[in-house]
Amino acid sequence: MNLKKQFKEGLLTQNPVLVQVLGMCSTMAITTSFFNGLGMGVAVLVILTLSNVIISAIRKIVPDKIRIAMFIVVIAGFVTCVDLLIQAFLPDLAKSLGVFIPLIVVNCIILGRAESFSYKNGVAASFFDGIFQGIGYTVVLLAMCIIRELLGAGTFGGGLLGPDLKGIQILPAQFPAKMLTLPVGGFLVLACLIAAMQWALSKSKK
Amino acid sequence: MDQITNLLAITLGAVLANNFIFSQFLGICPFLGVSKKVDTAVGMGIAVTFVMGLASAITWLVNTFILVPLDLVYMQTVAFILVIASLVQFIEMFLQKSMPTLYTALGVYLPLITTNCAVLGVALLNIQNNYNFIESVVYGITGGLGFLLAIVLFASIRERLVFADYPKNWDGFPIALVTAGLMALAFMGFSGLKIW
Repeated sequence: MNLKKQFKEGLLTQNPVLVQVLGMCSTMAITTSFFNGLGMGVAVLVILTLSNVIISAIRKIVPDKIRIAMFIVVIAGFVTCVDLLIQAFLPDLAKSLGVFIPLIVVNCIILGRAESFSYKNGVAASFFDGIFQGIGYTVVLLAMCIIRELLGAGTFGGGLLGPDLKGIQILPAQFPAKMLTLPVGGFLVLACLIAAMQWALSKSKK
Repeated sequence: MDQITNLLAITLGAVLANNFIFSQFLGICPFLGVSKKVDTAVGMGIAVTFVMGLASAITWLVNTFILVPLDLVYMQTVAFILVIASLVQFIEMFLQKSMPTLYTALGVYLPLITTNCAVLGVALLNIQNNYNFIESVVYGITGGLGFLLAIVLFASIRERLVFADYPKNWDGFPIALVTAGLMALAFMGFSGLKIW
């Protein structure tokens, strides 16, 4: 087990969003305010870690042919728990994330890690893999949120800070390009981030 | 008459104004993954439309006649994903037996659809919007048609992109995302559309 290598993979060289390009739907859809991104990131981190641990624990007794169905049942169970917890304790977050919380079930990151990592590795390694990949996902979400919020609405920390939880106004209200908080902005900001990542990776190889 | 205008409004919304890809961000993975050629994009689009229509119908029935009477609505996510996974498996077996030509045309894409968030998304949205049976089925099918339209347009643009000259670091996903972003901007023009 090599924690340092796993950490680097999760955050940079094998980042789930920027390099493996998985779980795009939620990445683009909900990154309009800081609190949304944080909530979604933590929810995925928790579910990913738990499902990684369980799947790696049962990997020897699951027949090869029905493994995908088993993965989905395990993941769906945890998603339901997290969904109900968010609805109970953070109703505002549940409202703004909407259908995307139950849709974590079909988030390719979780199924992808189950298939490519935890089905082949031990419990402890899978646990850390879940945590590091989850952190990698959360960091990208937060970066997207900060960029889209700052340039699109001129605020920082929406849903968490400021008056009426609308965020702290940083840029004067007439400057921001509202387009970035719309779906278009999701596509364009993610494109820029992936391009920057490809540039950085090709640079570090040289 | 009211019913018909209502269905027309749902159709228009699902295909253009609230397109699953460009305004709701559902089904982005297959949208980016299988859009390199127009032929495969058409195949994927048809398969998705088919499954979305059937899944809407069956999940609506499951929800209304099993989950609600038994007070098990909190098991919705688990129940729906199981229904969708077995539905896809079933369709695959059925097509293989009875319509081998269609099966070979769709073959590769069918298993992929289980993890397409547009399918689970449409099932959940039907319940959230309180649609009745017919509205759900119409929403499912037209949502699939919106996906088909989006992926075919996108694939045709991507085929031309090969000849475009752009910085090397934007190769692959970034340039595809920029293209999709500009298409989303174009589709936003439909959001003012209203009929009644």
